[in-house]
Amino acid sequence: MQPIVTNALTKKFGDFTATNAITFEVKQGEIFGFLGANGAGKTTAMRMLCGLLRPTSGEARVAGYDVYTQADKVKRNIGYMSQRFSLYEDLKVKENIRFYGGIYGLGNEAIREKTRQLLQKLEMEAEADLLVSALPLGWKQKLAFSVAILHDPSIVFLDEPTGGVDPITRRQFWDLIYEAASRGVTVFVTTHYMDEAEYCDRVSIMVDGRIQALDTPRQLKAQFGADSMDDVFLKLARGK
Amino acid sequence: MRQFFVFARKEFYHIFRDKRTLLILFGMPVVQIILFGFAITNEIKNADIAVLDQSRDYYSTRLVQKLTAGGYFRIDRRLQSHRTIEDAFREGRIKMAVVIPPEFGQSFFHLKKAQVQLLADAGDPNTATTLINYASSIIGNYQQELNGQTQLPLTIDTTVTMQYNAALKSVFLFVPGVMTLILLLVSAMMTSITIAREKELGTMEILLVSPLPPPLIVLGKVVPYIVLSFINALMILALGVFLFGMPIRGSMVLLLMECVLFVLTSLSLGILISTVTDKQQTAMMASMMGLLMPTTLLSGFIFPIESMPLPLQWLSNLMPAKWFIIILKDIMLKGAGLEVIWLQTLVLCGMTLLFVAMSIRNFKTRLS
Amino acid sequence: MRTIFFLLQKEFLQIFRNRSMLRIILIIPIVQLVILSNAANYEVKDLSIDVVDHDLSSWSRRLTHKLTASGYFRLNRQTFDREDGFRDLQRDQADIVLVIPPHFERDLVREDKVTLQLLVNAINGSKAGLANAYAGSIIRDFNRNIRTEWLALDERNGPPVIAVTFSNWYNTRLDYKIFMVPGILVVLVTMIGAFLSGMNIVKEKEIGTIEQLNVTPIRKHHFILGKLIPFWIVALFELAFGLLVGKLVFSLPMAGSLWLVFLFAAVYLWVMLGMGLLISTFTETQQQAMFIAWFFVIIFMLMSGLFTPVENMPHWAQVITWFNPIAYFVKVIRMVLLKGSGWADIQFFLLVMLGYALVMNGIAIWNYRKTS
Repeated sequence: MQPIVTNALTKKFGDFTATNAITFEVKQGEIFGFLGANGAGKTTAMRMLCGLLRPTSGEARVAGYDVYTQADKVKRNIGYMSQRFSLYEDLKVKENIRFYGGIYGLGNEAIREKTRQLLQKLEMEAEADLLVSALPLGWKQKLAFSVAILHDPSIVFLDEPTGGVDPITRRQFWDLIYEAASRGVTVFVTTHYMDEAEYCDRVSIMVDGRIQALDTPRQLKAQFGADSMDDVFLKLARGK
Repeated sequence: MRQFFVFARKEFYHIFRDKRTLLILFGMPVVQIILFGFAITNEIKNADIAVLDQSRDYYSTRLVQKLTAGGYFRIDRRLQSHRTIEDAFREGRIKMAVVIPPEFGQSFFHLKKAQVQLLADAGDPNTATTLINYASSIIGNYQQELNGQTQLPLTIDTTVTMQYNAALKSVFLFVPGVMTLILLLVSAMMTSITIAREKELGTMEILLVSPLPPPLIVLGKVVPYIVLSFINALMILALGVFLFGMPIRGSMVLLLMECVLFVLTSLSLGILISTVTDKQQTAMMASMMGLLMPTTLLSGFIFPIESMPLPLQWLSNLMPAKWFIIILKDIMLKGAGLEVIWLQTLVLCGMTLLFVAMSIRNFKTRLS
Repeated sequence: MRTIFFLLQKEFLQIFRNRSMLRIILIIPIVQLVILSNAANYEVKDLSIDVVDHDLSSWSRRLTHKLTASGYFRLNRQTFDREDGFRDLQRDQADIVLVIPPHFERDLVREDKVTLQLLVNAINGSKAGLANAYAGSIIRDFNRNIRTEWLALDERNGPPVIAVTFSNWYNTRLDYKIFMVPGILVVLVTMIGAFLSGMNIVKEKEIGTIEQLNVTPIRKHHFILGKLIPFWIVALFELAFGLLVGKLVFSLPMAGSLWLVFLFAAVYLWVMLGMGLLISTFTETQQQAMFIAWFFVIIFMLMSGLFTPVENMPHWAQVITWFNPIAYFVKVIRMVLLKGSGWADIQFFLLVMLGYALVMNGIAIWNYRKTS
């Protein structure tokens, strides 16, 4: 059973078709890049997969559960980090971890243990009692990611996670993603940065609500005769 | 100067694009003034009373008729015994109970003295006092009627002139207050919130790095609201005059000038609030909790200032609304000119300057 | 259940961490309760009177003295010039002007009849009415006195009278504060408990954290409960604290059962919380939410019977108050505290509140589902 399977998944808002019959599969432990210009339908697709939006038609199964009828089970098995900052600025680092752990149903003991591990991994033990608002942006993003996978989901959705972050922190952020993938977590990530697309195992590129290309970065470059993912993207986007 | 106009125009766009807010800004005062103008009144009409008539003779029945004839009282129920009076009060409907002891007519004509007992629910002391006064005077008239019109020697007559408000309409008392309250709150809240919002969204910083000097930026934000608030003031004034029959006995020009002055006072108060708060939520709560209740209660809008304890009378001087209510009443109802209200006008001017000065100071300390 | 616990914990942390909010929630209302309750007073005392005495006879002086000695009137000015009186009226220096004509004493004896003139500043109608009533009764009294003296009459030979006795129940000292404290408390509790909750949800929308919560397995009703319960608790606590202050500072009577007050408050708050929730479902920014909340608070407050009795309103306005939750709570809290009304007296109102709470929260939740 693949973690994410869609078949002709479609969402219409009135006359406007945001995602038009997209069909793809994501494999276990894969880092799946989801690319597209602004307004191409990335976020809509992602929101349907997370159970935030009800599809108009088509099928989708996430972590083996149907997004129409088992949205609750889907939510229980995924992590999500939105492009907007998702932690509470007026809560302490520790309290944010505790809160999100709690609403995913972790026990007190588990929360304590997870908090310790997480802070150790991020080397943030000293900051545990700081308000999140006092952290630099890069730290917040790393923390948000770690919190999103706190409950050991099998899939994590990342919606433009590295917007506005400096290159060094982005590198560190991707180290966290690799580390999660190596533990078998499936990563579904949207991004604007084409260099990040190179880090992905496979990449899909959406144009006007359709998936126009889907393959490994290497294959895509070969297919379009391009040097970089940047060129691939520009060719596809102009090709319309 | 050109930059300034560009800036003020941007502010106008903001306001007029946001239809919902616009509707609130103009719709709200209209709805409120109509509701409150009619609904806030001390004129007692059809107060529910209970009657315990133990004599049930011709004279007591007529007394009860007299009580209900004037439109002040309405009989909610007739009681059979003293014990039921308390229950009736507890149910919360009746405001007063009238008890007529047995043999009312008999006592009046033979003993020359009959008793009537009025029991008022003084939980609301004002209503209780007023009801007792009304009832006493109706009973007094009835007594005179029973005695016939015999001219007594050495009679002092009194002619009473109700100055400024011959019909004793409570509209004249409350409408100026409603006008003031709404104008103050809408103006102060509008500015405090928009500035706080700009701060919260971070756009304030972008504006501050622009070549415009900060006071001009704030001015640019405020100018559109001066215009809006003045339009609001005109609407409110028009409603007061045409809907509630408020006269304008004084000078129209003076009245409008005072309105502009008060709009400025309110807006500068709003700016002051926004300079001391960062968040919209706090700004809003500050204008709601900090302004609404104190203004309603301490400005003399509903409760007469002279009835307050002395410290509160002093405190009421801090309410801009108090001064404007006096100005409105004096110009509109008494036809007073500047020679009467110069002090109030001066106070409002002083408050405006003070608010502006304090805002500028807060603004500067924040920037440095 | 555990989810709700974590949500509550988070909300309380956020509330208690925000110092300025805490001040607004806890301190300002109590300060206002203590101060403003003193301001809400219709009691008319110390009416200032100008006496324009053209006669200056012993009787006119006696009348003036009787007026000022009554305790109702304070002599502002004694003068010969009517214009002085008019000016004082206009400048609010005098509430009432009594004009005693020349030859008042002589004409009273010779012609058996004189006419006094009373000018009352009637902008405040109820005050004018009282001033007139007081002055009238003092003058009548004076009239009776001099008549019996002059004619050496016996009281018992006079015409028959209806003696009106009155008593003020539930508040014999006519203390306005015990009338106002419960009402003001209701408004303060309402503002805190009800409208902050709605605002709070909109805030999560605005900063985007609601997205994050939506992908978690939190159920909608858990989220809503987690948002509303903290403010419900804060508001009930505030009510308790306010009542305590009322008892200590104003000797607020508590004739009825406090449990009834809290039971009613508990239900009432759900109406207002539901309203806050409803507002949050159709607003995007805190600014909009606050404007709307504010609009309703003012209408609810001024039309609740808190300051001016509902019974005085025109009928259509009274109909509007049937849909005003504050009006119910103001009425009930006064009934229970001042008159000791019991379960039987308030059960109807409680039922209405329960109905409103269900309807309001029903619409809010339905709307909330639709929009998210």
